[in-house]
Amino acid sequence: MTRLQQGAHEKLPAASPGDRVRVRAVLAAHDLEARRGRRVLFSHLSLSAAPGQLLRVLGANGSGKTTLLRMLVGLTLPAAGTVSWNGRPISADRDAFHRDLVYLGHAAALKDDLSARENLQSLMAIGGTACDAAQADGALAAAGLAGRERLPARVLSAGQRRRVALARLALAGQQRLWVLDEPFNALDAAAVGWLAGLLGTHLGAGGIVALTSHQPLPLDEGDAVVVAL
Amino acid sequence: MTAWAVFLRDLRLAQRRRADTLAAAIFFVIVASLFPLALGADPAWLRRLGPGVVWVAALLASMLSMPRLFADDAVDGTLEQMLLSPTPLPLIVLAKVGAHWLASGLLLSLAAPVLALQYGLDGPAIGMLVLTLLLGTPVLSLVGAIGAALTVGVRGAAVLLSLLVLPLVTPVLIFGAGAVEAVAGGMDSGGHFSLLGAILVAAAFLAPWAAAAALRISLD
Repeated sequence: MTRLQQGAHEKLPAASPGDRVRVRAVLAAHDLEARRGRRVLFSHLSLSAAPGQLLRVLGANGSGKTTLLRMLVGLTLPAAGTVSWNGRPISADRDAFHRDLVYLGHAAALKDDLSARENLQSLMAIGGTACDAAQADGALAAAGLAGRERLPARVLSAGQRRRVALARLALAGQQRLWVLDEPFNALDAAAVGWLAGLLGTHLGAGGIVALTSHQPLPLDEGDAVVVAL
Repeated sequence: MTAWAVFLRDLRLAQRRRADTLAAAIFFVIVASLFPLALGADPAWLRRLGPGVVWVAALLASMLSMPRLFADDAVDGTLEQMLLSPTPLPLIVLAKVGAHWLASGLLLSLAAPVLALQYGLDGPAIGMLVLTLLLGTPVLSLVGAIGAALTVGVRGAAVLLSLLVLPLVTPVLIFGAGAVEAVAGGMDSGGHFSLLGAILVAAAFLAPWAAAAALRISLD
């Protein structure tokens, strides 16, 4: 387990537009195919995202966006094709890949009986980064939940629960790959601004963000990789 | 570290949902108390049946809370986070099983002496009953975890889980109840005891791997 530290991105390649060509693509998928029963959701899908790049998955409801994100993190095995991280298949060294990864799915992964702070701390611990109460409170305050750290998650609204889950991102400086399923759902304008800021900072520091969203993104997409399903 | 945090988290959850935690222990006490009512009050007869009845009741009671071992985490998405943790999944499974045992199997073992008194077991036999339960209930939790992992997200998981797991844990029942009966009959229980211990060691080593593999398949 590693402690949070500042400057975790120092070793990453620079992400200025000029040298993008020389930067090695770190997240890559080759020839992916997804099936649900006999129906083929998508096939022959290849993509790659380099440090500092946003990967945006577009598509109608039920077109396989979530399935694609789950494949990218290794939760769902593709019917065909491979996903690789830093040039190695993600199944080859799962623990190392997981150290670089934050995945936030549809569900907020909160326990109703635990407080916002306890929820955030246990999620961070499961993610492999120890975080004390002060750090957790700081992240929750940044997410607009100051004063609600001790409330059980049961009494939080849908948007507030979402904010607790997203507060992980404020502490996820070391993880280079963020995979977010509909991160802007249920958020109010202030929280959307806060999240867009976090994503922008992460991309600026050379991280990779893969996300699905039905709304127009409130951040500079730059040379985003867009995958339309 | 991660596994320890999961262990503490599960204990804290068990403590906050006391009604769920105590349900298995209360079920255990009620089932074991029903037998004397139905079988009559002949002391010799009850003393003969006691170890077996208490063991069967413990087996059924520990199956009661098993389906929820992974189901709650699967519903709210925590299980996905555990699958994506840098800590090996079998370790996390072991932590969850450990917390589950403390909140169920340990309670059953501690409640058992009171029930044994109902059946008129004597001191050495009661001691042996508690010891075999302390050795046997962790096996029930460990093997139950494989079943719970295989049935995550399945409708009617509780019934399916019992069908899968109960046949696998019959050796625990046989050696557990056998050891108590041997002591009650004045014989040596060493053989039963060693076999129970061996089963526990094998289950502690193998079950977390099997449950982890089953979880990856169930969540695919």
